[in-house]
Amino acid sequence: MIKKEVVVIGGGPSGLAAAIEAAQRGAEVLVVDSNLKAGGQLFKQIHKFFGSSAHRSGTRGIDIGTELLEEAEKYGVEIWLNSVAIGLFQEKKIAVERGLDVEDKKLEIIEAEKIVIASGASENAVRFKGWTLPGVMGAGAAQTMINVNRVLPGERILMIGSGNVGLIVSYQLMQAGADVVALVEAAPKIGGYGVHASKITRAGVPIYTKHTVIEARGDKRVEEAVICELDEKWQPVAGTEKTLKVDTIAIAAGLKPLVELAVMHGCECIFDPLLGGWVPLHDKNMESTYPGIYVVGDIAGIEEANTALEEGKLAGIAIAEALDYISSEEAKKLKDETWERLKGLRMGPFGEKRMLAKEQLLAAAEAAKGSAEEHQIAASAGA
Amino acid sequence: MSLAETGFLTIEEIKKLGKYPSEERFKKGPVAVIECIQEIPCNPCESACRFGAIELGEPITNLPTLNEDKCTGCGLCVAKCPGLAIFIIDKAYSDTMATVSFPHEYLPLPEKDAEVEAVDRSGQVVCTGKVIKVLNPESFDRTPVVTIAVPQDKAEEVRGIKRL
Amino acid sequence: MSLRVKEHVILGEDRADEMVEITVDGQKMKAKKGEMILAALLANGIIINRYTVKRKEPRGLFCGIGQCTDCAMVVDGKPNVRTCITPVKEGMVIETQHGTGKRGDKE
Repeated sequence: MIKKEVVVIGGGPSGLAAAIEAAQRGAEVLVVDSNLKAGGQLFKQIHKFFGSSAHRSGTRGIDIGTELLEEAEKYGVEIWLNSVAIGLFQEKKIAVERGLDVEDKKLEIIEAEKIVIASGASENAVRFKGWTLPGVMGAGAAQTMINVNRVLPGERILMIGSGNVGLIVSYQLMQAGADVVALVEAAPKIGGYGVHASKITRAGVPIYTKHTVIEARGDKRVEEAVICELDEKWQPVAGTEKTLKVDTIAIAAGLKPLVELAVMHGCECIFDPLLGGWVPLHDKNMESTYPGIYVVGDIAGIEEANTALEEGKLAGIAIAEALDYISSEEAKKLKDETWERLKGLRMGPFGEKRMLAKEQLLAAAEAAKGSAEEHQIAASAGA
Repeated sequence: MSLAETGFLTIEEIKKLGKYPSEERFKKGPVAVIECIQEIPCNPCESACRFGAIELGEPITNLPTLNEDKCTGCGLCVAKCPGLAIFIIDKAYSDTMATVSFPHEYLPLPEKDAEVEAVDRSGQVVCTGKVIKVLNPESFDRTPVVTIAVPQDKAEEVRGIKRL
Repeated sequence: MSLRVKEHVILGEDRADEMVEITVDGQKMKAKKGEMILAALLANGIIINRYTVKRKEPRGLFCGIGQCTDCAMVVDGKPNVRTCITPVKEGMVIETQHGTGKRGDKE
């Protein structure tokens, strides 16, 4: 068995930020990443990020990814690529499968003092007639193809979902040379930022709110999509069907936190649709209900890359503090600054719901901690 | 219908904020028009302006406010805005024509002097425009800014061109 | 139109410096060195990676990041290779996967 001081599962923005913060203060950090290159989804984010100009806003995601990898290298963060954490079990042991599918894979067990779970999220699917036809895919998949692999998944796209992912990927598909025939949104209002929506309407993409896709047609691949209007009860309105000539249907129906590893290790979770589903409880250090296990980024509630970066920093600082690499005064100062920035990112009509959901999560974590302590007191009193 | 339903702003929605440049200011030459009406956490426009003409402050979800007297219409903010929501309008370009500058992150870029189809916020072609300049310096970080001349009465409508 | 994104306003020109040759269902084709098998196939107009076990329905790219297994193919004789996260190599032999990719699954 391999022993490591700190292991970060997932080398996306939150995981790398945690690794960098802890490593630059002296901790020995290993990042375990399932891809050929670390950076998570940053290398497909070719647009300029929102946020504060004091903290990388206005910078493209791809460039933030490059900066993070440079910093990780500078502070001696070890990164295992093509390495999937397939299990997490007590006491803080990680089962890691290493190698490509075409190779003979190796299983390693690592025991860590501190673990950061930054496993991210997976895309939600939408099921409709014909949804398994080749040509129906996640919006993220389409984005990976154009921006990382530099190949179009198709030339005429129907986008499902008007959250920021649906809007941004539509824009980027056009930047890669495809036509986005339409974007449909089941809700009465566009979910993402108006400025993102305006980029694609300006390019001539019609956005149909109160609409959904009901069928993908084609022989062995998507050739047509049927969309229709929805009533107040989200039911298809008969007679409103429209057939669109498309070869690709991209689905941007939100993301779901990948909480399996946290659940395996006994971290308490709650269900909150605003945060994407089941999420592990965590305190202001991003520590889960299981001491020494931290959760950051999308696994701790679906947000954006800039909030993920800040959450990662919080965990990294808290770990450096817990391992005595920095004083609690210094840690407090750094954490307070980070929380200020997080607060700024969670303000306004789009952020405040997430802010509230996160506050409830923190309160639930406090309550869980309180009852755990009571149990301990009761148990020791009983003994 | 509003931005959240259609995905594009109407001129009424923009002017309702009370932050639109005045007609007197438009008469003096190029000026920034900031079409940002939702409180999202974003502030690069504020530091992009070297004349201090864009005020935003804290929290960063505040909407930007243009100080029209300080604005020179230089266009530095156009490429900096992650929302691609800032435009430069010059209604004093000529007696009959105005210019509109907008971010255009598509290839191929139009050629100078080319005739292009000018579109409004919904992507509808409203008139033809003539390309005056295409800027894409390193400082714009790969957000080219295109300036086209259109009839003066189209200056409030035109916000881009059809992809070539 | 080629589906490869050669010129890009933000990503710049895609310089495919080195190409390799792969064989897909017996047909030889070119791929960019180091690119994902799935991407090479898309660029060559192939979007079906496998057929399902029972209904023999076609499947192709769905998640693009190795999570869903819809793009599994038989690569150099090895079934269930997720082609979206496996890079091509010179001389690689790739076959459409039928069912679980074992002998006898083929129609």
